[in-house]
Amino acid sequence: METVNITLVGVGGQGILLTSDILAKTAALAGLDVKKSEIHGMAQRGGSVISQVRFGDEVHSPIVHDGASDLMVSFERIEALRWRHLLAPGGKILINNIDLAPITVSSGQQPAVTDLQERLDAEYPEAVFCDAMNIAKELGNQRCMNMVIAGALSNLTPFEEDLWKETMKNRIPAKLLELNLKAFDRGRAATA
Amino acid sequence: MSNKMLLSANEAVAYAAYKAGCKVASAYPGTPSTEIFETIARFKDKINADWAVNEKVALEVAIGGSMAGARSLCAMKHVGLNVAMDPLMTYTFIGALGGLVLVVADDPGIHSSQNEQDTRTLARFARVPLFEPSNSQEAFDMIQEAYEVSERYQVPCMVRLTTRTSHTSTVVDLGDDFGPGNVENKPYVKDICKIVSAPVFARPMRYRVQKRTEELRKYSTTETVVNRIEEGDKSLGIITASVAYEYVKEVFGEYAILKLGMSNPFPTDLVRHFCGSVDRVLVVEELDPVMEEQVRAMGLEVVSYETELDMMELNPGRLLALRKELLGDVEIPEATYADKGLPARPPVLCSGCSHRGLFYVLSKLGATVTGDIGCYTLGAFPPLNAMDSVICMGASIGTAFGMEKAGYNKRLCAVIGDSTFFHSGMTGIQNVLYNGGSVTTIVLDNRITGMTGHQVNPGSGKTLAGDVAPVTNIGAVARAMGYKRVESIDAFDIDRLENVLTAELDSDEPSVVIVTGPCRINAGLMQAGTFEVDPEKCKACGGCFKLGCPAIIRGESVADGKRFKAHIDPVQCTGCGFCEQVCKFDAISRIR
Repeated sequence: METVNITLVGVGGQGILLTSDILAKTAALAGLDVKKSEIHGMAQRGGSVISQVRFGDEVHSPIVHDGASDLMVSFERIEALRWRHLLAPGGKILINNIDLAPITVSSGQQPAVTDLQERLDAEYPEAVFCDAMNIAKELGNQRCMNMVIAGALSNLTPFEEDLWKETMKNRIPAKLLELNLKAFDRGRAATA
Repeated sequence: MSNKMLLSANEAVAYAAYKAGCKVASAYPGTPSTEIFETIARFKDKINADWAVNEKVALEVAIGGSMAGARSLCAMKHVGLNVAMDPLMTYTFIGALGGLVLVVADDPGIHSSQNEQDTRTLARFARVPLFEPSNSQEAFDMIQEAYEVSERYQVPCMVRLTTRTSHTSTVVDLGDDFGPGNVENKPYVKDICKIVSAPVFARPMRYRVQKRTEELRKYSTTETVVNRIEEGDKSLGIITASVAYEYVKEVFGEYAILKLGMSNPFPTDLVRHFCGSVDRVLVVEELDPVMEEQVRAMGLEVVSYETELDMMELNPGRLLALRKELLGDVEIPEATYADKGLPARPPVLCSGCSHRGLFYVLSKLGATVTGDIGCYTLGAFPPLNAMDSVICMGASIGTAFGMEKAGYNKRLCAVIGDSTFFHSGMTGIQNVLYNGGSVTTIVLDNRITGMTGHQVNPGSGKTLAGDVAPVTNIGAVARAMGYKRVESIDAFDIDRLENVLTAELDSDEPSVVIVTGPCRINAGLMQAGTFEVDPEKCKACGGCFKLGCPAIIRGESVADGKRFKAHIDPVQCTGCGFCEQVCKFDAISRIR
């Protein structure tokens, strides 16, 4: 198959790297060549985080050039705009309906974005929004927010639901698995 | 049968070392290399691995393993190699007995480092074979080949990773024979002519190094399969290595390629043969023009171009720009640039970080702070603004003393973390004391190496393998050296921090102040409580905003939007209590 490029962005601590790992391992389980690239270290401490996953018959570069991501998953609304240059013309975007104020705003160094939804609507008229945090709260644990997003993401990838769940079983500790599988189902249903 | 896994190159190095029968391993953590040893720790039944106190000691430990006949591994980030160059430059004269592989991870683009430097130049300088994997499979294969080369030619081998290879997961076939390699130690024989690098023995060693380099060049030219020509359109031939190869395949995939997995010693005959078989030669490499200069030095012609590729991380977009310049047959997708009107999201000290109070106090005191390498480098940024310089591991102390000698002594202090102190701060405080300085050295002691992801150190009480270790007391170290003024302060006691530091910064005697408080993530204290602002009592003075805590956000505006009351985000608050201490109006209190 033609190589598919998926970019996941958000804020350090949101569970982005686990989500991209599960996506990449699901692609590998499907028998595809896959590369998953991410930046660790200082970039992690509350800063902007990015991970790229590419899969297909043969994948060379671990990262894509600007304007070449077929799908972008943004775990936060401001980050969805920050990385817009990565998305291909006609590319799809999934946006988690949550705002995390950057320290520059909460400490008053820079103004807050007041017209965020208008700008998102103008930039991404076809965006899929997911209320992953509210769903995770309903399930009683905010930390499974990322698997709600994974469920929503699964609707936009060519892999069967069972394959995703098999990867989750291999990757998530047993005592947290049931919760996370539920979160995945809810995210999948909410954006189906 | 295949045995496939999705591994980062860092993980693949660890798996390969296990398969190659590595027995001794030592490293100091540093992004992007850290996960190599976090993975090796899983193989502790076969590999005796540790976190050393610094890269020089780590390499010396690995050299000792090699001297005793065991296959040994050492790993570090690029700037770590600067620290470890001393043992490397002479062990390369002596040569390895048991295979010795040194993995160095460069950080093109400076994602998480203090500089950008190209390790390939240092491999040439040290006259050691250099392997440059492009992906995790190659990392897995090349580590094993490096052990073979190391033992056959009696030479330490280097493997260079980059942030992009270290932190990219790709499919690796471990082979159906994957398991621990059972390689017998080579017998140790005392032989001062071979292992004592005194001048009388070092001179013949130097001749041997020269001869060995030419033998290795033959190997890199004709024997190794990692240097290969990939057939393609011969109107352009591209010489490339490392992850740049993957970008070349993506952007110039139809042209002939000379792929160098072993780039030092440079396989001159192979390069000459390749260049003779194509119309024009292009060299594509990440960072310095190391290969290009060698090709030109051979008298061969290389395509010149204007596109800037000699610094920062490469990516397919930069090669597209090169292709547009050279061939003119591609269009660069019209860039929709990042939205400039967005507030920046820089990294920040975590909510509840034990370092925050110190920087709040140093900022208030108007101190001049020479800083060091760690999470606490973030103390330099607004709103804390409490660090004046950052250079390299341990430099805070030496540079503070140098400033003092130059006559600058305005509330001067050095700030260094515990792991960095053990790495190269101890020599610094010894030097201040011995030479009559008055520098106050502040050690932020959170008992863990935080920045790289919580690796243990001599203050942690544990080893990499999880065994109990003696705990080094930093205050006792300073007193044993002869320091008279040594204070230990709870990192969460802001009043005491201010009182003690006011006294020490103005004192003309040298001192060591140890600020103790756990890394909140490592200690599992990220949900240890919550504070709340009483909006009736909050006067919108902005005092708590100066802490730069991500949990303290702007609330209701007053004075026509010129000032804001504080609000605490209960999700982000971890209950450290700094804000309660700095509030002058008792508006902040614990609710949980």
